[in-house]
Amino acid sequence: MSILHTVNKSPFERDALESCLTFATEGAAVLLFEDGIYAALRGTRVESRVREAMGKVKLHVMGPDLRARGLGEDRLIEGIEVVDYSGFVDLATQHDKVQAWL
Amino acid sequence: MSDTVKKFLYLNRKAPYGTIYAWEALEVVLIGAAFDQEVSVMFVDDGVYQLTKGQDTKGIGMKNFSPTYRTLGDYEVRHIYVDRASLEARGLSADDLIEVAFEDMETEEEIDNIVEVIDSAQVSELMNASDVIFSF
Repeated sequence: MSILHTVNKSPFERDALESCLTFATEGAAVLLFEDGIYAALRGTRVESRVREAMGKVKLHVMGPDLRARGLGEDRLIEGIEVVDYSGFVDLATQHDKVQAWL
Repeated sequence: MSDTVKKFLYLNRKAPYGTIYAWEALEVVLIGAAFDQEVSVMFVDDGVYQLTKGQDTKGIGMKNFSPTYRTLGDYEVRHIYVDRASLEARGLSADDLIEVAFEDMETEEEIDNIVEVIDSAQVSELMNASDVIFSF
C-alpha cells in the first residue's frame, strides 16, 4: 500500500513537511505544492533534510506553483520531478491513497 | 488632521499566493499612502519571497501582484528593507529580488532602487525607531 503525501505549507513556517518526512515510509511519494514548493529548492536551511528523505521517498514539485513564485526549475534539488496539474492527478491514481499534510 | 508625521513600518512575514496576507498587506500600504506619513516596508522570514523576480501566475489562475511592489516608490514608500538572514536561510540573495525606484515629486529626489538588504540588528533598530508597526 503506497501513499501519496501532499505538502502545501512552507517548511520555514510550519512543521508539515517535517512530519510528512518522518512518517512517510519506503516507496511513498511526496508532492510539494503551493507554499510547500520552497522545500524543493537548493541552498535552503531544509535542503539536507529533503535530500536525506529522497533516499526513502520520491519527491515531486508542482511546476505552476514554482513559476508563480518566480523560482526556476534550475533552482531545484536534483532528482525532484516537476509535475503539472494532470501529473498531480496521475500521482493520485497511481497510489492507494492520498495523505494531505495541511 | 494633525500635522504630526509618524513613522509607519509595515512588517511582512508571509509568502505570496499560498495565503492572502501578502496581497492584503500591499493593499493596506497603498491605501495608507493617502495619509502622508513616513512609510517603510520590511520583509522578514517567508515575507522575502514576496519580492522574487520573474513571478508568473498564469499557471495557478491567480492575479500576479508582484509588479505592484515596483510602484511602491510612487506611493510614498521611502524605504524597503529585507532581512539578510531570512534570504540566506532560503538560498536567496539581493540579485533574486525586484528593484523598486523612488521619486519625490516635490524635491525631484530620485533613487534607482530603494530595496535594501539589512542585518538583524538593523531590523531590530528600525522596529524600535518606528511609531507604529503593521504586521502581516
